[in-house]
Amino acid sequence: MLHRLARYSSSHQRSVPRLNSSYSSKRNFSASTTQEHTGVSFDLSPQQLEFQQLARKFAQEEIVPKAAHHDRTGEYPQEIFKKAWELGLANTHVPPAYGGLGLGVFDGALISEEICYGCSGIGTALEGNGLASAPVIIAGTEEQKKKYLGPLIESPIQAAYCVTEPGAGSDVAGLKTKAVKKGDKWVVNGQKMWITNGGVANWYFLLARTDDTAPASKGFTAFIVERETPGITVGRKELNMGQRASDTRGITFEDVVIPDANRLGEVGKGFVIAMKAFDVTRPLVGAGAVGLARRAHEEAAKYAMERKTMGKAIAEHQAVSFILADMAIGIESARLAVWKACKEIDLGRRNTYYAAIAKALAADVANKCATDAVQVFGGNGFNSEYPVEKLMRDAKIYQIYEGTAQIQRLIISRHILDNLK
Amino acid sequence: MVKVLVGVKRVVDYAVKIRVRPDKLGVETANVKFSMNPFDEIAVEEAVRMKEKGYVKEIIGLSVGPKQSQETLRTAMAMGVDRSIHVETDKDLVPLSVAKVFKAIVDKEKPNLVILGKQAIDDDSNQTAQMLAALLGWPQAVFASKVEVIEADGKLKVTREVDGGLEVIQVNLPAVVSADLRLNEPRFATLPNIMKAKKKPIVTIPLPEVGVQLKDHLEVLKVVEPPVRPPGIKVESVDELVKKLKEKGLL
Repeated sequence: MLHRLARYSSSHQRSVPRLNSSYSSKRNFSASTTQEHTGVSFDLSPQQLEFQQLARKFAQEEIVPKAAHHDRTGEYPQEIFKKAWELGLANTHVPPAYGGLGLGVFDGALISEEICYGCSGIGTALEGNGLASAPVIIAGTEEQKKKYLGPLIESPIQAAYCVTEPGAGSDVAGLKTKAVKKGDKWVVNGQKMWITNGGVANWYFLLARTDDTAPASKGFTAFIVERETPGITVGRKELNMGQRASDTRGITFEDVVIPDANRLGEVGKGFVIAMKAFDVTRPLVGAGAVGLARRAHEEAAKYAMERKTMGKAIAEHQAVSFILADMAIGIESARLAVWKACKEIDLGRRNTYYAAIAKALAADVANKCATDAVQVFGGNGFNSEYPVEKLMRDAKIYQIYEGTAQIQRLIISRHILDNLK
Repeated sequence: MVKVLVGVKRVVDYAVKIRVRPDKLGVETANVKFSMNPFDEIAVEEAVRMKEKGYVKEIIGLSVGPKQSQETLRTAMAMGVDRSIHVETDKDLVPLSVAKVFKAIVDKEKPNLVILGKQAIDDDSNQTAQMLAALLGWPQAVFASKVEVIEADGKLKVTREVDGGLEVIQVNLPAVVSADLRLNEPRFATLPNIMKAKKKPIVTIPLPEVGVQLKDHLEVLKVVEPPVRPPGIKVESVDELVKKLKEKGLL
């Protein structure tokens, strides 16, 4: 199964059916593309700078002061979500036809980095909408897009991407939730787990097995399921190591009846649709990890300038300043990898290889920076009165969700080997 | 219906650590973050709120400065300013010169209300609004912490923050108002408004074409950092505190 997963994620064209909707060079994920080759630029456009400034200011003023509270209590950051939504910082990829801004992945990444600088748990709550919407944007019919993307723009509600199960995370082809056709309806039974926004979502993107004997490429179908459908039981909010502001739950489906109108894409094509969403969201998750890493770095640098040992600020001890330098090396390179992955998909090209690299690198960088920040803070760093222990707890999940560190490496190595064949 | 002109200035961001240039004639501005003067944000916000309440028909933004001042005007337009004028110059103008340029634009655009920030945080002059009012022969309501419209198109009731407390005055339009800190809390520009602001017009006029006679009547001789604060002394008792204060001639 992992082999099949990797094959779909490689840039090898023949095993992937091209979905004609938004993922083609004619209609790109972004509203703007460069047609001429003007050479590489690492500069942001004036509008991108303004977006970044807005998100940065919002994170500084609205998220940073409240992050510790949500981390401690686990309370869902609905107020902050609403404010971000009012400013247009949520649901940025929803196309203008459904009321959204239709921003590209790159612009989304600028915003993600800033929000997650403030708090990656709160950032994940916001990104949950992006992950759930991505397959709808990719494969939805006009009616489905209007019906499910429109409401996200009209009010500050949430949606969730409901794929992982207790027995299958990386092993997507091993999903057991089943959807059986009965007349013009589907009946779904199964158990999902670790669903972000699971408890607050208005609708779920669901992946279920529709053909037991077929391989993954043909055996799954995607659906949009409304939360209020009878038979859906939402589990308790899970108490996780970090990103505690985010709502993560198990969801049980017992004879849940879904109309065929809510089937997303063709029968049997669900797996590919679900994976295509990651091409959009992996760079964004990478951007979030960069934001966390940057926060860790700035907190550590600030502390190192103030804390004195042996007669001078600890920043003046090379052991400490070298830690800061290594953090910077990680952050700068991870950000560029994220930007590259974003540009590739915004230009209408397959970015799976670059997205995997960006996510893998950024996640590792975030963990290293967070751990090192605690180290710089010393004993204080281990204590909850200081901001860095939260960063270390928050960072770990970046190496696990949205494709584990190992899955990313599988994707990358498959791409390398496929290109050598 | 009132037509408002709002002045905005591009200044070194308030959070930046200012450093004096090696030639001691100014502060380091290379690679430094710039933003809209915070009091100007408050001025823009007030104009936008008046428009939302229906008193104002059109808000025009005006900035005198280098090419990058256009970014400041874009931010103002993202907050709700309708169109902007950029008087382009790389020179650092003294407040009287800025006031003269503003007067020339006011004469052309004929707004009946000008709102400025009370002072810019780079030079802290707190002069432009007052000088502009004098040049125009208009009433002025500076350090405004509250602005109420008494008669649409006619009069404003302005609460001013003065050393003795609060003073409430009435001014007839046309008038110049300068915004103080507590006038309002400026909004975030929303993402959709930032995108819409790209399409709002900015007209650029090179300074020589404005047609004002400007004279540099001030020359900066020296810019130095303030002296390093000497360390304080800790005392053990109230008696010792009183003794030390007396020693220093403070009691």
